[in-house]
Amino acid sequence: MQSTAPQGLKPGFGGPHFESVLRHADDNLILAQRLSAWISRAPDLEIDIALGNIGLDHLGVARALLSHAGELEGNDRDEDDLAMFRNERQFRNLILVEQPNGDFAATLVRSLFIDAYQVLLWRELSSSADKVLAGVAQKGAMEARYHLHHSRLWAIRFGDGTDKSHHRMQQAVDDLWRFTGEMFLSDAVDHEMMEQGIGVDPSSLADEWRAPVTAILEAATLEVPTDDYQRNGGRQGFHSDHLGHLLGEMQWMQKSCPGLTW
Amino acid sequence: MLTRDSRRRLSLSADAFTVGEIREAVSTVTDPEIPVLSISDLGILRGVTVEDGEARVVITPTYSGCPAMSEIRSAIEAKLDELGVPGRVETRLSPAWTTDDMTPEAHRLLSKVGIAPPDNAVTCPLCGDEQSRMASFFGATACQALMVCVSCGEPFNHFKALRGALGQ
Repeated sequence: MQSTAPQGLKPGFGGPHFESVLRHADDNLILAQRLSAWISRAPDLEIDIALGNIGLDHLGVARALLSHAGELEGNDRDEDDLAMFRNERQFRNLILVEQPNGDFAATLVRSLFIDAYQVLLWRELSSSADKVLAGVAQKGAMEARYHLHHSRLWAIRFGDGTDKSHHRMQQAVDDLWRFTGEMFLSDAVDHEMMEQGIGVDPSSLADEWRAPVTAILEAATLEVPTDDYQRNGGRQGFHSDHLGHLLGEMQWMQKSCPGLTW
Repeated sequence: MLTRDSRRRLSLSADAFTVGEIREAVSTVTDPEIPVLSISDLGILRGVTVEDGEARVVITPTYSGCPAMSEIRSAIEAKLDELGVPGRVETRLSPAWTTDDMTPEAHRLLSKVGIAPPDNAVTCPLCGDEQSRMASFFGATACQALMVCVSCGEPFNHFKALRGALGQ
C-alpha cells in the first residue's frame, strides 16, 4: 500500500488515508478501554465475560489498524506509540465511545449504537481498496454482528423489564442520543477516501442504522428521542472532558516508564 | 517426523529441510486455550514457504483480539529454532478465518473433550441431545459460548459457528 503521508513529521495530520484509518482505530481503542473497565465489576458473571471479550475484539481491531496507520504515516510510529503517546487533541474517535460506563444501561446503550454502526461500516469496508483495512473489516463484520446480537437482547430484556430497568434504559438512550449523529458526518477526509475506493461515506449509512436501532428500541418499549441537538468534533480532535481522564489512566504507565514492556 | 540426524543438519538456512518437513513441524503447535487442537486442525495455519533460506509461516487469528496469537507465534518460532531454521511468523487477516476452515478432525477432537463443535445443530457432547439453550454469549474463551442441555441439564461449551454470510 502506497503511503499518502507527506514527507517529514506534521503533527496532527498525516494525510487523509492515515487520518481515516486512525479514526476507526481510535473508536475501537477507546471503546475497548471503556469496556475492559467492567472486568470484575459487571452485574453478573455472564456480562463480565461478555464485555471483556467484546472489548478484546475491539482491541484486536484497534491494534491492527493502529499498526497500519503507523505504516501509512511513515514516521516510525508503531501501535504502542500511537496508543500511548498521543494527547487528547490527537485522538480521532467518536465522542460517543469515550462516554463514561455509567450504570450498566449506559454501557449497553453505547454498545448498541456502536454495534449497529459497525455492522454497516465493516460490511462496506470489507471491499476497500486498502487490503489491510478490508481484512480487518471482514473479521470485524462477523464480530460486530455477534456484538449487536448481544446488545440487542440485553436492551430488550432491560427496556421491557422492571420499571426501574426501563427508566434507566430510557435515561441512557436520551443521554447518549446526541452523540449518534457524529457517526454519520462526512468531511474532506471521507470524500478523499471514497474517491480512492478506500473509505465509505458515513452519511450513506445513517438510514440503514436508524431502522434496526429504532426497531430494537421499540421492541424494548423505549422511546426514540428527537434529533434536536447533536454533538460533534471528535474526528477533528475536539472531545468531551471524559477522554482526558480516560487517557490519563490508560497512558499513565507508558508515560511514567517509557518503553516499558512485559 | 524429523530424525535426530536431520536435526544435526542444523544450518543457518531453511534449505536443509523441505517445505513439507517445516510445515509438519510447525503444524504440531497447539492452541494454548484449547490444547487438543493443533493450529493446522484449527485452520489458522495459512501457509509455509521458504525463500532465500528463510522460512515464512503465515497464521491468521480466529477472533480479532484472540489473546492466544502471541503465544502461538512464540511456539512456532521455538519450533523453527529447534530445527535451526531461520524464519519469521506473519499474521494475515484476509481472507478472514471462519469455522469452516476447521478440519473434520478438529470437530471430532472438540466433541471428544466435551466441546460442541461449530456444526449447524448444537449437539450436547455428553448425551447427544440437540436441544439446548444458551446460558452465556461467551464461554471459556472468546470463541465459545456456554450452553445448557435441555435433556440432561449439563452445561457445556459450544465452539461458536463463525461464517461470513451465515453468521449471526
